[in-house]
Formats: sequence, C-alpha cells, structure tokens
Amino acid sequence: MLLIDCPFCGKRPELEFRYGGEAHLARPADPADLGDKAWGQFLYGRSNPRGVHAERWRHVHGCGRFFNALRDTTNDRFAATYKIGEERPAIPEAEGAASA
Amino acid sequence: MPDLTQARQSVLEGIEASGRAGTFSLLPPLSRLNYRGRISTVGRVAAAFGVEPAMEPCRAAIFGDRAALWLGPDEWLLLAKEGEARSIIDRLAIALAPLSYSLVDVSHRQVALKIAGPQAELLLNAGCPLDLDRQAFPVGMCTRTLLQKTEIVLWRVAETEFHIEVARSFAPYAWRFLEQAERDL
Amino acid sequence: MSASCRLNAGGRIDRSRPLRFTFDRKVYEGFAGDTLASALLANGVHLVGRSFKYHRPRGIVAAGSDEPNALIAVGSDVRFTPNLRATQVELYDGLVAQSQNHWPSLGFDFGAVNDVFSPLFPAGFYYKTFMWPKSAWKRLYEPKIRAMAGLGRAPTLPDPDNYAQRHAHCDALIIGAGPAGIAAALAAEAHGARVILCDEQAELGGSLLAERKATIDAKSAPSWLADAVAKLSRSAKVRWLSRTTAFGSFPHNMIGLVERLTDHLAAPAEGRPRERLWQVRAKEVVLATGALERPLVFPDNDRPGIMLADAARQYLLRYAVKPGSRAVVAAAHDEAYRAAIELAAESVEIVAIVDIREDASGPWADRARAAGLPVLSATTICGTRGRHRVSSVEIAPCRPDGKVGARSRLDCDVVLMCGGFTPTIHLFSQARGKLRFSEKLNAFLPDGGAEGIRCAGACRGISGLDAVVADGVAAGEAAARDAVGGRIEAVHAPVPLSEDEDGGRLEPLPHHRSPHRVKAFVDFQNDVTAKDVKLAVREGFRSIEHIKRYTTTGMATDQGKTSNMNALGIAASALDKPVPAVGLTTFRMPYTPVTFGAFAGSARGNLFDPVRVTATHDWASAKGAVFEDVGQWKRARYFPLKGEDMHGAVARECQAVRQSVGIFDGSTLGKIEIVGPDAAEFMNRIYVNPWNKLEPGRCRYGVMLREDGSILDDGVVGRLASDRFHVTTTTGGAAQVLNHMEDFLQTEWSGLDCWLTSATEQWAVIAVQGPDSRKVLERLVDDIDLSSAAMPHMSVREGHICGVPTRLFRVSFTGELGFEINVPADFGRAIWEAVFDAGFSRAITPYGTEAMHVMRAEKGYIIVGQDTDGTVTPDDVGLSWAIGKAKMDFVGKRSLTRPAMTDPDRKQLVGLLPEDPELVLEEGAQIIAELPADAKPKSKDAPIGQKMIGHVTSSYFSAALDRGIALAMVAGGRRRMGETLFVPMPQGVIKVVVTNPVFLDPEGKRLDA
Repeated sequence: MLLIDCPFCGKRPELEFRYGGEAHLARPADPADLGDKAWGQFLYGRSNPRGVHAERWRHVHGCGRFFNALRDTTNDRFAATYKIGEERPAIPEAEGAASA
Repeated sequence: MPDLTQARQSVLEGIEASGRAGTFSLLPPLSRLNYRGRISTVGRVAAAFGVEPAMEPCRAAIFGDRAALWLGPDEWLLLAKEGEARSIIDRLAIALAPLSYSLVDVSHRQVALKIAGPQAELLLNAGCPLDLDRQAFPVGMCTRTLLQKTEIVLWRVAETEFHIEVARSFAPYAWRFLEQAERDL
Repeated sequence: MSASCRLNAGGRIDRSRPLRFTFDRKVYEGFAGDTLASALLANGVHLVGRSFKYHRPRGIVAAGSDEPNALIAVGSDVRFTPNLRATQVELYDGLVAQSQNHWPSLGFDFGAVNDVFSPLFPAGFYYKTFMWPKSAWKRLYEPKIRAMAGLGRAPTLPDPDNYAQRHAHCDALIIGAGPAGIAAALAAEAHGARVILCDEQAELGGSLLAERKATIDAKSAPSWLADAVAKLSRSAKVRWLSRTTAFGSFPHNMIGLVERLTDHLAAPAEGRPRERLWQVRAKEVVLATGALERPLVFPDNDRPGIMLADAARQYLLRYAVKPGSRAVVAAAHDEAYRAAIELAAESVEIVAIVDIREDASGPWADRARAAGLPVLSATTICGTRGRHRVSSVEIAPCRPDGKVGARSRLDCDVVLMCGGFTPTIHLFSQARGKLRFSEKLNAFLPDGGAEGIRCAGACRGISGLDAVVADGVAAGEAAARDAVGGRIEAVHAPVPLSEDEDGGRLEPLPHHRSPHRVKAFVDFQNDVTAKDVKLAVREGFRSIEHIKRYTTTGMATDQGKTSNMNALGIAASALDKPVPAVGLTTFRMPYTPVTFGAFAGSARGNLFDPVRVTATHDWASAKGAVFEDVGQWKRARYFPLKGEDMHGAVARECQAVRQSVGIFDGSTLGKIEIVGPDAAEFMNRIYVNPWNKLEPGRCRYGVMLREDGSILDDGVVGRLASDRFHVTTTTGGAAQVLNHMEDFLQTEWSGLDCWLTSATEQWAVIAVQGPDSRKVLERLVDDIDLSSAAMPHMSVREGHICGVPTRLFRVSFTGELGFEINVPADFGRAIWEAVFDAGFSRAITPYGTEAMHVMRAEKGYIIVGQDTDGTVTPDDVGLSWAIGKAKMDFVGKRSLTRPAMTDPDRKQLVGLLPEDPELVLEEGAQIIAELPADAKPKSKDAPIGQKMIGHVTSSYFSAALDRGIALAMVAGGRRRMGETLFVPMPQGVIKVVVTNPVFLDPEGKRLDA
C-alpha cells in the first residue's frame, strides 16, 4: 500500500486517497473554439509514460483536496507532491530516470 | 397534530447498550455545522462562535463545550451543544456579513462515539491505518480518515481519549466493528 | 519404540509437562515445548505422509517452516486445518493430527501404484496426455484429475473462529529474532527507535535455541538470549511478536505479518481471535531472516529418515531428540560435520561422513576425525534402501569428472544431508531489491535497490555467530539512524563477507545408474526429480520461469524453499550456462501459507460490508418488507401482505398511489448543499440546465454530464435562496457526483465563491404520493400553504411538520400529485409514523422501490445507470429540452457536437409494448429489426446472423395499463414509432411495437390532481 504525502496533511496511507488521472490537463477556456480532433485529444489523449508521471490524487478520506504528484510508474516512488496551481517541480535526473 | 419535537431516535437505538463498560461508548447528540469559506473569513467566525478555528492542518480548537475541527484548508466542523445550531447560524450570519461563506447544519448527519482508556489506540488501530502514537497523533489532532470500511473524523481529545464522528448510516457498522475488535484487546 | 529417542536431559522442552496427542489415531506422548515433528521423532516416528504425485512414503526433512514433506492435518470437525507443517505445529494436550494423501492407510497406500508407473508420468505429463479428444477435457479428464489432485482435504464447515487485524507503525521492523535480529533490535532500541521484532517461532532466539556451547559477549548463548529477551520486554519502545510470520512485503515499507494466537493452546479462551493480521508501516526494515539448509540430490533421497543435517542437530539440541541411532552423514558443506559431532556426543553412531568434496579437510573435518568419526572424501551416494524408513545407503568413490567407482553398502537408520545454505531473501526480493549471485556461496545475495530495507546476518551471506551478531548491531544502528534521524554517531559498519565462504553444492550427486530409472528428488513437495528438470531443458525450455511451470518445481505450498536453488543448478548445468544467466524465479507473497480468515478479518457476516439502513428500516422490517441491496443501502422493495407474492404486492402498491396515497422512503438519495454567491454560476457550468432564472422556492430537474457528453447523474434541485441550492443525486451516484463537483471547483474554477457540503445523511426523506397526499399532509403541517396556487408542482418550502423543521418539496417521481418531506434524520421514524397515522383513513399504503420503478417507467422517467450507460447523451433519452440553449458552455457541451454524438442512428429511448400483453420482457434482452425470410417466428434459431439494433433497459408489468411495458434503447428509435421489432429469446422470438416512452398521462394532468 502506497504512502502518499498529502501537501496539507502529510504522509497518509493510499486507502485515504482516490486517483485522479493525469495532471496538468487544463480545460480549454472556450471548448467551442476547439476542432473535433483537438477536443478529442483533450478528452482522451494521455501520455502514459514509463517513468515519471504527473498525476492527480484526491485526499478524499482526509482533507478532500485534489493535488498533484510525480510518481515513477516503474517503481511507485513519489518524487514530489504539490498543490493544485503550483508549478510542476523539477526533479533531479537520477531520481526521475526510469530504471531500465 | 402531534408535537414530535422530542421524538429523536438515534440510529444506534437497539444496537447500543447504554452504560457499557468497554473502551468505546456513544456520545449524546450534538449541534454540528459544516463551515466552508476562504481563510480570510475565519477570524470573524471566532468572534461569533467563541472558538477560533485552527489554521494549522488537522488541528482542533476548543473553548468550553465548543470545538472547531480543521477538516480541510477551507472546511471546519463546528461542534456545540444540542439545540444551538440555529442560534449559531444566526450569529455567524451577522458577524460574517457581507463576506461569502457556506454554513450547513449537519447535526443529524453524524454520530459521535468516545473511545477512551489505555487501550484506545489499539482498538482504533484494528481498523484505522494511521499512526496513533502520541508523537505522531498528539492531543488536539483531528482528521478525516478510515475505520475499516467507513470514513470517520478522528479527534484526540486527551492522551487516552478519542472522539470519533461517523456518518449516521455507517454508525451501526462502526459500532459492530468496534465490538468485534474489542475482543482482540 | 515409545520415547526411546528422547534424551534424559537438555533441550528446551519442559519434562514436567508431559502432553498426550494422537497421530493417525494412535496415542503418543510428548512435552511442552515440542513441535508435532519433534514429538513424533521422539517416538521414533519418521513416516508421516505420502507424496503428492507418486504417493511415496515420506518423513520429516526439516525443523522449521521450510519443511516440504511433513504436511499434516490438525483438529477435527469444525476446527480442522489441513496441510500444516508438523515442524511448526506446537504440541498441546489432546492434539489430534492425521497424515494425508493416502488411501486406505499411511502404511499401505493404493495411490503408490503411481510410483510403479512413474515412467508414464514425466514432466509435462498432463499437457501431453490429455489433449485429445478435446471434448473429453471437460467431461472426463478435468474432473478425474481434480479428484486426484491436491494435498489434504479442505474443511467443509464455516470457520468458527474469528480473526483480528491491526495497523501498526514503527521506526524499525526487524524480521527474524535469531542472533542478528535480536542484536539489531537491541541496537535500534538503544538509539531511540520504536521497534517491532517478529519471529515465526514460538520462542525468540532462532539458531540460538539450538546452541549450547557458543558464547556471545562472553555470555553463554542461552543466557545472552534470556537477558536480551528480558531487556526487550522491559522496553516501552519495543513490541516483540512470536509465532508471527512476515509473509509479504508491499510498497513503501508496508509489511504483512500474521500472528498465530491460539493454535498452540489446548483450550483457547472463548471468542479470542485465532490469528491477527498486522499491517506494519515501518520507516526502516531489517531482514534478519537467516538461511535455509539445502538437501542433496541423489537417487531415492526421499525415504523417511533422510533429513537435513542441521535440522537433525536442532532436534537434538533444542528438543533433546535423537533422530536415529545409526547415521550416515552426506556432506557438501561443513555444517554437516558440526551436526555429526553433536550427534556423536549424544551417542548416535556415525557410520560415516560421506563428503562429496574431493578433499575433506579443514577445521571441521579435522575435529570430526579427532572425535573418531570416519570421514570419506570424494565419495558419493548412489542410492538408498528401506521401505518406510531408510535402512542403508549405497556409497561409491567418485572422481571430479563424475566417474563413479566400486560401490559399498552402509547400514543406517537415518541419513543426514547438507548441501549448503540458501539465504532467505524472499521479502527483500518481493520489495524489488536487486540480487547478485555469489559463485563462492552458490547463493543469490541482496544487493541494494530496496529503499528502507536492509539485510543482516545469514540472509546476506554472513556466517559465524560473532559476525552475525556484529552485523545485526550494525543494521539496527543504521536503521535507527535513518528512521529517527538526529545525531547517531559511531554507527558500526556491516560485516564484510568473508573470503573463505563455503558454498556447498547445487548439482546432483553423481551415480552409476541409468538416469531414466532413478528418482533423485529436487522438489519433495511436488515430486519433481532432477530427471524432470533435465527433460524440460531437452524439450526446449530455456527460461527458469518456464521450467518451473512445466515441471512444477518450486510451485508447491513451500514455494521451493529447499528446492529452488538445486533446480536452478540442474537447469544451469543442463543448459551449460552460469547460474545467474539462467536467472531466478520471482518471489511472491506469502512466505508461508496464510489463512483466508486472517485476510478476511472482520469482513464476514454482517461486517462483510457496511449495511446502511434508513430511519424507517425497523418499521419496514416489522411490516414484513422485502429488502433489496442498492449499493450498501438496504431499501424496502415491496411490502407483501399475507399470502401475497411480489407481483400482487407491487400491483396493489401502485394502485394505492394512483388512486389514493402511498408513502415511500427516499432517504438514500444523495443530497448536496451548494452555498455561496457563485452557486448559480457553478450550477450553470456543472449541469446542462440553466439556473439563473430559477426562483428561490422552486425546483428543477437537473442533468449533468461527464466531459465526454454522457449522462453522469440526474436529480431534482431545489433553490432555497439565491445563494443556496439543495441538490439531489441518485442513490448510487452521491459520492461520485460530489467528487466530480469538487474536482471542477478545486482545479478549474477555484475563483468561484461557492462551497459543497454533503447532506445525504442529514435528512430523512419521506415521499407521500397520490391524489390524497395533500390531504394527508395538511393535517401535519400548519406553517406551509400546501395549495396548488401557493405551492405548485416543482417547488420547495421550509417550515415545520409536527413541530419538526422540514424542507418540504412538491415533486413527483410517480406522475401523481406528490410531496417529499425532508426532516433531520433522527426524526425520520417519528414523522414517518405520524404521516402513516394521518393517512390511515385514506388507506395510506407503504410502497417499495419496485412499485416506484413501475410507476416511473409508466411515466417514461429514466433511471440513470439502468436506462443509461456511460455512452448515453441527453438527446438519446429525450432530455434535450433540459439543456440551456443560451449557455456558452457547461461540462460536456462541446462533446455533444462531435459527429458521433449527433448521428441520427444513435440508440434512442423508446417504449415497447409486447404484442402479447401478458408478457413481460427481460431486461437486457437484445432487439432485432426483422426476421430472416425463411425463419419461423417461433423458431429458436431465428436470430442467428441478425444485427442487434438495441436492448431492453427497463421492463415491468403495469397494473395501471394492465399489460407488460418496457423502455428500450433502439437505434434511430424515435423514427420507428409504430414499427414492429423482435426480441429473440431462448423460448422463441417475441414481437413488440415501438411507442412513445410515456405510457401514462402524457399531458401530466395527474400531477395537479
């Protein structure tokens, strides 16, 4: 069971959280401006990397907040968690590199 | 027309044996108000409610028989004696005008249980995944978390005493779970 | 032979507490402190079971959880547990144990014919043999194989015990309480760490429990151990757990432990949990799990009486049991000498120490020779004899090239073997730690890569008691430093691996016999021989993972603890590759089997899942209601009168609502209160509907979409004030809707001043529906004008009912005049009864969810999740009218204009009327447009090849219409009004006519009755 560092409450067990999909996908200000293809990409296009993934979690059984996290999909290690609206932090290469 | 203003019935009636000697017991009904709003409004809550809600995450502030529990960065649970919800709502409305906020009476939404005694931590840890060591979860700390398969609000009111809030329809489950867990103390 | 094998003194057994037990109905005696295995050996019993595949007689091989053979069943009736390792079953007075896998008896087993015909059962036998004919697999092969398969007998009665679970946290979790683990625990505690120390055995001490001469810190091993345990027990920072197996390692240093609480007790206290599952979150983990002794692979190495040498030494020193009187010791590692010397000291005759190594020299061989024990270098074992117990071995000199010389026979009653030691790295590997192969040690060793997990002592290849203790101290200090932080200076360094490591042997012993005719076992529990592994390689398997599955080596309940390295060695030499190039199979939890009870914990019976009931549940129960599960809620489905079936009850309930008045508990509907000056703007963005013009006191039916345009949820929304909405959701959708709303508020529109509060549990909701509903309520409400003029359909008022504050909605999900009373939940029961009493003269009828479903279907009202799935748009179900056309945007709006969403051939909601009015269609049934020209309408085979154009989503018998009705999603459905379609069912094809989905009162006149 993962241990997730909520930016408000600190380290809590995964049980208290709900996964929220890829992070930093801002909803277009005016969706009507987007063509079908671009809107389809917004709806369904996801990066699905092997390695560091910026993703959303919600501390649903805690403070209720959505927040962002950088998690390495190869080993489940979190490089960072940060509040909504904050910049994606730069992480050192060694930590972020996916193990081969 | 019957007057049913005194006809409250606890969801634990028939399940809870009053005066039990165990590690947990049912607390009497309370007034509960869910306060949500921007942090800048919280100071005025203090003036009207008598307790200054904590800004520090996961901390409860108390004064007399009133408490304000931090549940989220824009959410506090205000606790007071049964029957005071209406007057608190009115007083806050005056104190906070014209600021924006949300105040909802949720007195019947939850049931409060007391978990007390030297084995309180052990009992809770049968279903609560948090570290309840006094360093990690000191007196005055409060948070939403889980008790086995139900969400609770957990608040340490003293070294060996916890107050938990559980949603009304989950209270029978929580009660029976604690009864089961008590067999392992 | 009784008790003749027990020494008169020594060991850790309590001779003042004799215990009686039965094994295969025969009564024996042992002592407190014995395991079932040690007590059987003390009684001279070696034969304890039959093997899995060949039904060969088998004896006790090991002394711990690595035991592959001695799987026995303990208990009887409801408390019956199969497949326990006799080496881990603690003796208690009255214990009843049985051997397994034989018929009719352990001594004479009919299944042993498998051994005679074993040339017929090579590796992959099942895959090769049961291929043809294909149809025979289900009828014949599978049932027969299943009947033959398996060890032990599963208990058939419900488990009477209860099982506890507990979460725990610590700075340092130390797994294994041998010398390294205890030293680590003491060191970590001394540096201020919160410590949990666990060990699978009944006593702490590990290998120290079988030491009598060794010293630690100038104390004898037993007294060092006693002092250490006393110290750990005194410390408030240490919790030590015996009989506790760390069975699995999970992400971020979560370790699963299972503690056995009562299995060792003759009469456990009533109600006490049998086991306790611990979920331990440790900042740092120290694995001090030791090493497992490897058997040697030689022909017929599986006879009872052939056991591991160090295990024999443990039986002698810990349990004061002589495993035999004349021993042949087979050595590929020096530990065999140590065992021989200790046994000789207790007057066990050592017939010979047969050392496969070319030159048996070194301190241990010297000590053996000095003690007068015959040592034979460069000697192999070519075979053994003895039916139920080994009686002799055949030995022969052998050259390094494997050539075997003249053979001779040694009589004996026990053979002790030691092929070397395999570090116990299961948990380390489960935690994705890296391993490296040591050629010298013939072992995989931990090599970093597991964050927060370090190994100490024998499990990282350290040998020698002093070194192991020093390594434990270093690991404990380092764990405390990393967990607690602060200033811990002078942390000792881990002990370096020594240069003169003794790796034992991974290959089988050479012999002169035809390899096709001998059985030299690698995996005792699954009856896999060296020949099987070689065959797998010959047949083309290259990966050890494939060889494992083809031969089943390492796949038994012991997961290959004693066999994996030998199998790997054999595969490597057959492939002519170095061991690390062949690789290692993946370690998976659990380390030893864990009961289902421990995993289930409290989650059984009425605690399996929370059962949520409403305030009127007991009332409904008392009225004989039949309940249905809706999510975790129990909802009254119908209220049958005496002798009434569901059909009758539902028809009566519907009729009551349509003709007079019914009462229904709607409390499970989700409720969210949305408050703030921007509440209406937020509603505009979340719902398809417009909200600006909805006046306070009025309600609107709202629909919300996912961003992809599909319907997420729906419900009536009441506006209580310009800045306050009372939103309802479906019963199952409440949590999801709240999450959806919070998501947008927090991440996209954080500038909006409005907030959400879940109010589902605050309110009990009592629906009063039917033409007489107003008249009933008028008797109970005095501060709200209920007249149609003052309170029209779709409005909400705040006031009091019987003095209790209420939010009173005038809404209808039945098509009749109706109200929904919301009162604070603790008043729900009292108000319900007051309404019921007030409606008595009008024959007020409680109705359940089934009648509610029928009535809403008669009106064509959809249920999200029943009539819709994740693909349905508002237009598909005829809800285009709800969309605020002037709104620039709302969640899902953009998706509604994607080409696929506007296709006129999308499935649309329609009504269906079966041609036969008595008929009720099945929900989920598929719909086709036409029958093939040659098909007869009643023919079973008619629909083959037909395109399905839709499906039935809701179907009921309508009492009001006196016929079956259905809602369906049909391609281009709205163009098909009046068309005849077909519903193919197993009994024949059903003809239906497409109609408008509103079957009853399309003008809505009854709402204002």
